[in-house]
Amino acid sequence: MKDKDIMEFRWHGRGGQGAKTACLLLADVAFTSGKHVQGFPEYGPERMGAPITAYNRISSERCLVHSNIYNPDFVIVIDETLLASVDVTRGLKETGAIIINSEKTPHELRTLLGGYKGKVYTINARKISEETIGKNMPNTPMLAAAVKVSNVVDSDNFIKDMEASFRHKFKTRPHVVEGNMKAIKKSLQEVCAG
Amino acid sequence: MGKKTRLSGNEAIAYAMKQINPDVMGAFPITPSTEIPQYFASYVANGEVDTEFVAVESEHSAMSTCYAAQAAGGRAVTATSSAGMALMWEMLYVTSSARLPVTMALVNRALTGPININNDHSDSMGARDSGWIQLYSETNQEAYDNYIQAIPIGENGKVRLPVMVCQDGFITSHAVENIELLDDEEVKKFVGEYKPENYLLKKENPLAVGPYDISNYYMEHKKQQAEAMKNAKAVILSIAKKFEQLTGRKYGFFESYQMEDAETALVIIGSSAGTAKEAVRRLRQAGKKVGLIKLRVFRPFPAEELAAEMSGVKAVAVMDKAEGFSACGGPLFAEVRSALYDVKNRPFAINYVYGLGGRDICVEHFEMIYDNLFEIAKTGNPGEVYRHIGQREQEGDK
Amino acid sequence: MTMTKKANEIKASEINESTPWQEMTIGGEIYEGGTSALVNTGEWRTMIPIFHEEKCNHCMLCVPFCPDSSIPVENGKRKDFDLMHCKGCGICFKVCAHKAISYEKVGA
Repeated sequence: MKDKDIMEFRWHGRGGQGAKTACLLLADVAFTSGKHVQGFPEYGPERMGAPITAYNRISSERCLVHSNIYNPDFVIVIDETLLASVDVTRGLKETGAIIINSEKTPHELRTLLGGYKGKVYTINARKISEETIGKNMPNTPMLAAAVKVSNVVDSDNFIKDMEASFRHKFKTRPHVVEGNMKAIKKSLQEVCAG
Repeated sequence: MGKKTRLSGNEAIAYAMKQINPDVMGAFPITPSTEIPQYFASYVANGEVDTEFVAVESEHSAMSTCYAAQAAGGRAVTATSSAGMALMWEMLYVTSSARLPVTMALVNRALTGPININNDHSDSMGARDSGWIQLYSETNQEAYDNYIQAIPIGENGKVRLPVMVCQDGFITSHAVENIELLDDEEVKKFVGEYKPENYLLKKENPLAVGPYDISNYYMEHKKQQAEAMKNAKAVILSIAKKFEQLTGRKYGFFESYQMEDAETALVIIGSSAGTAKEAVRRLRQAGKKVGLIKLRVFRPFPAEELAAEMSGVKAVAVMDKAEGFSACGGPLFAEVRSALYDVKNRPFAINYVYGLGGRDICVEHFEMIYDNLFEIAKTGNPGEVYRHIGQREQEGDK
Repeated sequence: MTMTKKANEIKASEINESTPWQEMTIGGEIYEGGTSALVNTGEWRTMIPIFHEEKCNHCMLCVPFCPDSSIPVENGKRKDFDLMHCKGCGICFKVCAHKAISYEKVGA
């Protein structure tokens, strides 16, 4: 595999917030677009609220490496309170980006990122999910933001694939599909660069 | 033919079991293998398989269930990890000595102290002398492919031995990766029907299984078992050939990666082989003649074949993901170094114990190991051969 | 491996302590029932029960007490001991209320 052919993602969340699910969904959408994928959580004794990490490798050929990811291209922070306790930009490539679930602007958050010089994005995933899905489910908006920022798959195809996937998953609950699709579309538009 | 999808290693194994459609699953949950009986139980509940799922109260009973079911004439499967397998210990031996080809999905996890749920090979390496065939997997795909091949290997009349199919806990068991699945019909045809000549439920031919053996008979039965393990070698290769004809995916005792002109090499088992291959790729780009052997079959141990593969190499690092506490190296090292004994101009062999309890190993670690091998080849001095890598040291990581 | 017979055609009675491993059944399986009848456990005896038919009123108390099923019964009457399997435990002698069984040293 060529060195530049691979995109690496690291997800930070808290147990119960759906970081692992978001990571697996990203693997799903990348797979559907014809990529080779890895999606894996870093496991320990899992407890609700404890910080957890999950990873994705996405490439056009099968990636053989089975170690954790230490120099990701993208970091996604599902819970902004983690910024105080976890070194979320550790190893993050300066050519990459960090995406944080927050109502604050990228400019306001940059000071909390230990001098990280790459791009910082924010998205108010809580607000978006509450308005569209009806409760605080930040992982769908964060997934959309990750797709938009990384461009790992084309946004239009992403929308199509997600709709098909939700329709399959929530066959008996069409309103859930609608809410999630709204969340995705809104998130794709509202990711805020800084 | 073939469906491309993405599954975790546990999903892949559960799916293979579904396609095999065994008569009985006896299982008790333990991390990180829990998902296998969990997914499989839903296939049972949905009527997608004909399997009798026996929910037991311990792993000892899980293996006892499999033993009994297989002796009765059924095909039995189980899944476990670490301490769960340790609790099966007695029944592992009982099953192999009764020559019952039960198959087990072992999701490798550290066999504890202090308690740990993450990956290493201490569980299966501890069971290496229990008379089970052991197949190891680098990826979800290999776990799936190995499980399907395990059935006809174990059930072959010249073999009749149980088979454990190992994959690395969490690293592949819980990681979603691309995978190519066979059609149900193809799997059904490949594994065929289980048709033992004698079984407990065959009423016209009464049978006693596992009778007491006094000293005057025991050794003859152990000799038979040892011969069966030798017979397994040819069977493993012939099943691999058939599997290749079906899928295009090639299997053997081990995979040789860039070994043709290799001056230094690694011998390694499981998921970290992929990480090491990336190190090989980078070093090859820099003009270094490095290679790798990924062992798939640890029992039976392919000693002659491995020795032949390493005969042109100057220095070899044997990677053990299990500590044997022998004070002179891990279990794989003992086997590989023994296999090298009869090689003319045998290479230097050193041992690295790595990855215990989920300790990560990266491409850079492997690059460093190859550097050390070239140094040994140059100086002719292997130094301390029993080494550990990845642990913290007073003067920085070694 | 030079096996003259298929493993499952081997009779338990054909296996003894000079049988080579190639000619033994796989894993010690036994492909027939009732093979314990072949074993001459009577050989283990140091004491022997003697049946005195003239004193016996066929109450059958000895029959269920015999731990080795060595007292055959035919048409409601007990027969003489099956000495190939009787280990000479003496229980029958103890339970017989009619002194129809005596208990003696082997070879006495």
